[in-house]
Amino acid sequence: MKKFITGKPAIKKSGVFRRLWPYIRQNKRHLFFAVFCAVLSVAGNLSGPVLIGHSIDYMIGVGQVDFDMVFRLILLIGFVSIIYAVFQWLLSISTTVLTNRVVRAMRAELFEKLSNLPLRFFDRTPHGEVISRFVNDIDAVSDGMMQGLSQLLSGVMTILGAIVFMLTINPTMTLVVLLSAPISFFVAKLVATNSQKMFKKQWEYVGEMNGYIEEQIGGQKVVKAFSMQEKTFEEFKALNQKLYGVGLRAQFYAAMTNPSTRYVNNITYTVVGVIASFLAISARISVGDISSFLIYSNLFLKPFNEISGVMAQIQSAITCARRVFDMLDLENQLPDDPNPAVIEHCEGHVSFKHVSFAYNPERPLIIDFNLDVAKGSKVAIVGHTGSGKTTLVNLLMRFYDVDEGTIEVDGVDIYHLTRDNLRRCFGMVLQETWLFKGSVRDNIAYGKPDATDEEIIAAAKAAHAHSFIKRLPEGYDTIITDSGENLSQGQKQLLTIARVMLVDPPMLILDEATSSIDTLTEVRIQKAFLKMIEGRTSFVIAHRLSTIRESDLILVLENGNIVESGTHQQLLEKGGSYWELYNSQFAK
Amino acid sequence: MFKLIPYFKNYKKEFILGPACKLLEAILELILPTIMALIIDNGIANRDTGYIFRMGGLMLLMATIGLVSASVCQYYGSKVSQSVGTDLRNDLFSHISKLSYTQTDNFGTSSLTNRVTNDVNQIQLAVALLIRLVIRAPFICIGALAMAMILNFQLSLILLASVPVFALILYLIISKSTPIYKKYQKKLDRAGMIIRENMSGVRVIRAFSRGEKETQRFDSANDELYRTSVRVGKISQLLNPLTSLVLNLVIVVILWFGSISINNGSFLTGEMIAYIQYVIQLSLALVVVSNLVIVFTKASASSARIFEVLETESDIVSPEQAVHAESGGDISVQFKDVSFAYSSTGDNALENISFTAKKGEVIGVIGGTGSGKTTLVNLIPRFYDATAGEVLVNGVDVRKYELDALRQRIGIVPQKAVLFSGTIADNLRWGRQDATEAQMKRALDIAQASEFVSQTADGLESRVSRGGVNFSGGQKQRLTIARAIVREPDILILDDASSALDFATDSKLRKAIAEQTTGMTVFIVSQRAHVIRDADRIIVLSDGRIAGLGTHEELMQSCEDYQQICAYQLSGEEAAS
Repeated sequence: MKKFITGKPAIKKSGVFRRLWPYIRQNKRHLFFAVFCAVLSVAGNLSGPVLIGHSIDYMIGVGQVDFDMVFRLILLIGFVSIIYAVFQWLLSISTTVLTNRVVRAMRAELFEKLSNLPLRFFDRTPHGEVISRFVNDIDAVSDGMMQGLSQLLSGVMTILGAIVFMLTINPTMTLVVLLSAPISFFVAKLVATNSQKMFKKQWEYVGEMNGYIEEQIGGQKVVKAFSMQEKTFEEFKALNQKLYGVGLRAQFYAAMTNPSTRYVNNITYTVVGVIASFLAISARISVGDISSFLIYSNLFLKPFNEISGVMAQIQSAITCARRVFDMLDLENQLPDDPNPAVIEHCEGHVSFKHVSFAYNPERPLIIDFNLDVAKGSKVAIVGHTGSGKTTLVNLLMRFYDVDEGTIEVDGVDIYHLTRDNLRRCFGMVLQETWLFKGSVRDNIAYGKPDATDEEIIAAAKAAHAHSFIKRLPEGYDTIITDSGENLSQGQKQLLTIARVMLVDPPMLILDEATSSIDTLTEVRIQKAFLKMIEGRTSFVIAHRLSTIRESDLILVLENGNIVESGTHQQLLEKGGSYWELYNSQFAK
Repeated sequence: MFKLIPYFKNYKKEFILGPACKLLEAILELILPTIMALIIDNGIANRDTGYIFRMGGLMLLMATIGLVSASVCQYYGSKVSQSVGTDLRNDLFSHISKLSYTQTDNFGTSSLTNRVTNDVNQIQLAVALLIRLVIRAPFICIGALAMAMILNFQLSLILLASVPVFALILYLIISKSTPIYKKYQKKLDRAGMIIRENMSGVRVIRAFSRGEKETQRFDSANDELYRTSVRVGKISQLLNPLTSLVLNLVIVVILWFGSISINNGSFLTGEMIAYIQYVIQLSLALVVVSNLVIVFTKASASSARIFEVLETESDIVSPEQAVHAESGGDISVQFKDVSFAYSSTGDNALENISFTAKKGEVIGVIGGTGSGKTTLVNLIPRFYDATAGEVLVNGVDVRKYELDALRQRIGIVPQKAVLFSGTIADNLRWGRQDATEAQMKRALDIAQASEFVSQTADGLESRVSRGGVNFSGGQKQRLTIARAIVREPDILILDDASSALDFATDSKLRKAIAEQTTGMTVFIVSQRAHVIRDADRIIVLSDGRIAGLGTHEELMQSCEDYQQICAYQLSGEEAAS
C-alpha cells in the first residue's frame, strides 16, 4: 500500500480547453452575461453605420434636408452609441470578472495541491520554479483569457451577423468566403503549434530563472563573501540568453499568425472580388451587390484578424494553463485512511516493526528496523552525521512513508491514523529554524492560534525567550523580516522552542534543536524541557552527549541502522561505537 | 517609463524599420479596395476579363508584399521586446547582487524575483505592441483628421473640441489605474511570499497541522489579488467604450450641423459621406490607441518597480580610490571603538568594540544568544558597515579596500550552511576558481569531509542539489568549511560553523585547522567553551559589549561572564562522566 511517490506528473493528455471548461462552467452566470453583452454591443456596433447611412439619406441636397427625420435618427444614433458603450464596458467587465474568477480558482487549487504533495516534492523541486507557476504562468493565463474571451465573443457574434447578411445577397459567394475560414484556421494552427513548443520552453526557463534568483538571494552572503557576483552573473546571463532565444522565437511565431491570417483573408477578398466580377459580367449579380457583399465579407474576416492579433497572448496562456495542470496532476501523497483510527489521548508508546526505507530506491537506507519505545521513555538518537537520524523523524511524522513494515503509536498503525491526528501527538523542534514574516507573538502562537497573551508569555518565559523579546524594539509585536536578519540564529531557535512549549504536546521530537543556543540558556531550556518531557515519550537527536546522558534509551545509528542500544552506563561498559563517540568528546 | 529609453538605443534600426514595414502593410491593405473599385469600374464595365485577371494578380502581389513586410515588423517587434527584456533582466540581476543585505531584505526575495521575471514580462509585452502600432495608429489618426479638416474646416472644429475631452478621459483613467496596477504587483509579491514560506516551512506547517490555516492565509491573499485585478479592470476597461462613445456623439453633432450646412448649400452630401468615413476611421484608430494605453499603464507600473531596484544605490560599495592592501606588519584585524546598529532607530547591536588580532592567531568569540557574535564577524568582510569606529584589516580601514580585494583575503563560513546546485567540485571552486584537485582534496581533508565525499558514487563530481538538500546538516557544514579553506585566506571566520557536527568530528576539525593553517588568522565563533578554549585569545561578548578579552586561563580568573559560561558547561559535561 505504501507505494513510491515520484515527482513526475501523471501523464494525462486531455486538452487544455477541456481542462479549462469546468473552471469557466463554474461561472456560467458571468459567461451568459458576457454573451448577452456581446450580442448587444455587436448589434450596436453593426447598426451604427446603417443608421448613419439612413440619416444621410435624408440630407439629399440644398433645402431638401428633412430635419425632423434627421433629428430623430441622430437621437437614435446617440442612443445606440450609448447602448454600445455600456454593453461593451459590461462585456469587458464580465470577461474580466470571469477570467479573474477562473485564475483565482486555479491559484487556490494549486495551493491546495501544495498541501497534498509529498515532502519529497518540496525537498527536490526548486521553490522558485513553483512560485513562478503561481505568479508568472497564472498571470499569462489571465492575460490570454482576458484578451481572448472578449475578442472571441464579439468576434463570433460579428461573424454570425455577417454570414446572415451575406446569405441574403448570394449563397455561392458566401460559400467561397466561408471556405476561407478553415484555411485561416489551418494556417493559424500550423503557426500555433510551432509557437507553443517555444512558449513551453520559455515558461520553463522563466521558472528556472525564478529558482535561480531565489537560490542566489538566499545564499547572497556566500556569494558576496566569495566575490562570486561575476560568476553567478555569467550563469544568469547564460540562462537569460537561452530565455531570449526561445522567447524571441515564441513571440515571432505567435506574432506571425496575424499576418498569415491577414494574407489568407486578403487572398479571399481578391478571389471573391474576381469571381464576383465574372458573375457580374454574366449579369448574375448587380454591381451594388458586389460592393455590399465585399463590405460584409470584410466584416466577416475582420474578427479573424483581431483574434489572431492577440494570438501570442492566447498561445502563451494555453501553454501556461497546461503547465498549471501538469502540476495539479502530480501524484498526491497517499490519502488518509477514509475510516481512520483515532487517538484522543496519546499515551506515547511507539514501535517500529520491520521498517525499511530509502530516499532513493537504489540506495536502501534503513533495512528491517525494529524498535519498541515504552511510554514515557526518553530516547536519544546519536550517531555520526549522515547516519540517518533525521530519517527516523521523517518516518515518525510521516513526512516520508516507509517502504516496508509499520510504525505504531499506542498500538495503532500510524497509516490508519489521519496525518493530523498523528502529528498532533508530537511536538517538534527542528534544527533549521522556520519563522514566517509576522510578529513574534504570531510566530510563537503558530501551533495554537487562540492562545492568550498570558499563555504566550508563559511559553516564551519557559523557553527563555521572554527577556530578549522584551528588548526587541516592539517587544512581542516586532515583525520578523523575510530572512529574519533582525534576529540571531539562537534567538530564532528559542522562538521555535517557545512555539512547541505553548502547544504542550504528548510526545516530543527535538532535532539537534539546541545547537545554536549558548550554554547558559541551553541549560535553562534543558531544565524546562526535562520538566516538560516528564512522563512523556521524547526523541532527542543531539550531538551533545550532555543532553542525552539522562536518556532511558540511547540508540546509536550507523548508516541507517541501530548498531547499539541501551543506557549510557550499559553502552559505556560495552566499549563499542558509543564508547568511541563518547571518548572523542575529550580528544583535542 | 521614459527611463526605459536608454534600453532602446541599440535597436534604433529595428525601431524605425519595424513600424515602417507595418505602415507599408497598412497602406497596401488600404489600397486593395481602391483596386477593387478599378476592377468594378473598368473590368466589369468594359467586360475586360484580361483586365480583371491582371488586377486580381496585382492584388495578390500586394497581399504578398504586405505579408513580407508584416513579417519583418513582427520579427523586429519580437526581437526588440525580447532584447530589451533580456537586457533589463541582466541589469536587474547584476544590480541585485550588489545590494547590501539590509537592502535585499527590505525588498524581500519574492518581490525581487517577481520584478526580474513578471515585471519584465509586462515591459516586453508593451514594447512588442509599441513597435507594431507606434506609427500605424497615430498615422491613421492624424491622416484621418487632416483629411477631415480639408473637407470641412468648420465641422472639424467640433472634432477638435473633442480632443480635450478625450485627453481628460485618458488622464483620469491613467491616473486612477496606475496606483492600482502597482498595488496589484505588490499583492502578487505577497502571494509569492506566502507560497515561499509554505514551501520552506512545510515540515513545521505539517507538524502543527496548520495546513488549513495556511490555506486561509493564501486564500485571503488570493482574494485580494482578485479584487485588485477586477477593480483595475473596471477602470481601465472604461477607456475603450468611453472613447467610442465620445466619437459617436461627435458624429451625432456633426450630422446635425452637417445637415444644416447641406440645407444651406455649403456642404455636399457626398462630402458628408466621406467626412463620416474619416471620423469612423479616426475612432477605430483611437480604440487601438486606448488599448495601447492600457498595456502601457500596466507596463509603467512595472517599470517603476524595476527602476526602484535599479536606482537603489548599494550602501556598501568599493571606494573610488581603493587602497592596495599593505601588509600591515603583524596585525591582521583590528577593531577601533566599533559600534553598530541594524537600523537607525534600533539599539546598538555592538558597542565600543576594540581589539587586535595578530597574524596567525586563533581568536575565539563567545557569548550568549543575541550578544552580537555574528554581527561582529560580519563587519570584517563588510557585510555591514560599522556605524561608528573603524574596522581595519592589515592596518587599512575595510572601507578603503576594493570590496573584492578585501573579501578575497577572507574565508567565511556562515552559520547557515549554503550550498549551490552543481557538483561538490563546483561548490569548492567557489572558494578558488582555479583550485586543483589536490588543493580541493586537502581542503576536504582539513574539513573532515574526505570520508563521506569519497563514499559518494562520484566523489568530487557528485551532484549537489539546490540548497544541498541531498546532504545532511553536518555534511553541508563541512563542505562549506572546505570551501572557505580551499581559498587559503589570510583570515578564516568560522561562525558557529560546526554546530551540527558531533564531538569527535568537531574536535578533529579544529585540530586539523590549527595544525595545517599556519599564518592564517582564525576567528571561531561558538557557544561552547571547549570549542574556543584553546584559542590564543577569547573575546567574551555580552549584549554587544566586550565583557572580557584574554586567554582561557586569564578569563577564568578575571571575567565573570566567562566563568559563568564555563561553570555551566563544565557542570553539565562533567557531572555525568
